[in-house]
Amino acid sequence: MLRGRDILTILDLSREDLELIFRETDKLLELKGGTLDLLKGKIMATAFFEPSTRTRLSFQTAMIRLGGEVLDLGEVDKSSIAKGENISDTIRMLDSYADVIVIRHRLEGAAKLAAEVAENPVINAGDGSRNHPTQALIDLYTIRRFRGKVDGLTIGVLGDLKYGRATNSFIASLTMFKVNMIYLISPPQLRVREDTKELLVNAGIEFKEVERLEEVVSELDVLYASRIQKERFPDPSEYELVKGSYIITPETLRNAKDELIILHPLPRVDEIDFRVDSLPYAKYFEQARLGVPVRMALLKLILGG
Amino acid sequence: MRLDSGKELILRKIKDGTIIDHIPAGQALNLLKLMGITGREGFTVALVMNVESKKLGKKDIIKVEGLELKPEDTSKVALIAPMATINVVKNYEVVEKRKAVPPEIVEGVLRCRNPNCITNKPNEPVKPRFRTVNFKPPKLVCEYCGYVMTYEDIVKQLLSEQ
Repeated sequence: MLRGRDILTILDLSREDLELIFRETDKLLELKGGTLDLLKGKIMATAFFEPSTRTRLSFQTAMIRLGGEVLDLGEVDKSSIAKGENISDTIRMLDSYADVIVIRHRLEGAAKLAAEVAENPVINAGDGSRNHPTQALIDLYTIRRFRGKVDGLTIGVLGDLKYGRATNSFIASLTMFKVNMIYLISPPQLRVREDTKELLVNAGIEFKEVERLEEVVSELDVLYASRIQKERFPDPSEYELVKGSYIITPETLRNAKDELIILHPLPRVDEIDFRVDSLPYAKYFEQARLGVPVRMALLKLILGG
Repeated sequence: MRLDSGKELILRKIKDGTIIDHIPAGQALNLLKLMGITGREGFTVALVMNVESKKLGKKDIIKVEGLELKPEDTSKVALIAPMATINVVKNYEVVEKRKAVPPEIVEGVLRCRNPNCITNKPNEPVKPRFRTVNFKPPKLVCEYCGYVMTYEDIVKQLLSEQ
């Protein structure tokens, strides 16, 4: 069902596709460590035109653990991009060497352009401020793993809902589920975009925009936190004013349900107090760890291993 | 052109040319600009604005003597005057009538307004492409970045490029 397909946005996948990937991930997790030979002889190229640690390394680990090989474009300032080569030509070259291409780029739609140029499947590892489909897969899988299901839950998404590609993909992914309620928690400057809201409206999902976590924390089953970047504020003093309201501490979680889980796509800067790490709510490191098996499942299904 | 008894509006019949009817009220001048008609080309042009219409409430009409609108211009017309009727007149008879339906895919006509869209990157072989999600008024979504172009965005851009 997924063999040979491009994954450019989370909405390229259906609910059935998601369930298939999750079942495959379950199986891979049972294997615990070691290297398989499911994708022996296959090559994955990673083209990260923008810096990344977790995403690049977890894709590469996933491919190696499936028995495949990895080609990395390397740092853009040291490759032929620095000499002025465009994306299309770079992708065409990688396409002739590898069986699948994983791309990250600052510009929106770069992955779609890559998919149009390449014969082989392309996986979007984040482009612009909208799409990061494999992160959304990991987020959903983490919720499923710790809460058993996504349907019926009350979910809070906190932070930069306007420019954050992880938050946008996560919110879009929830339209494939019957969640109880979504709270969109952000300062007014970083509220979710109209087109994302339209997705929720069209899917008949109830949601509410709020400015303070404390207002809704007692209702949440899942809290998805994200980084608020100082650069998003035209006036630094405005940032200083709002940032305190979006830092998660043991105190802000005082009224939380016992079963609440906290996710974060990482890296975090100071939006989650280190003291929260040792609380049972904190699942963001587990979430990062699950990046490898989820991406293994996806690569396996796309390359037909 | 003359106004007849204050109620009915009569425009002189044209021999050969194009009549665009059912233009959204107030858009006729924009449409002429888009069609590149400045008045200096020598065409006889008749234009009425804000006349009553059963379908639209109010509408504009344009008649241009001597101009035959090319089929490829229909989609541009449709973006400013969705669902307008284009009548091709030959020897005083309407020989062809077509609706200015916005195409489902608009390619190459408009630029994406999102500065971070890949289609705005120089030196990439990629043409801007939009999917029409609403026909009247037209609303387009960039196929690459998902940016939503509203009717106002479209009109503004088409006119600024004339």
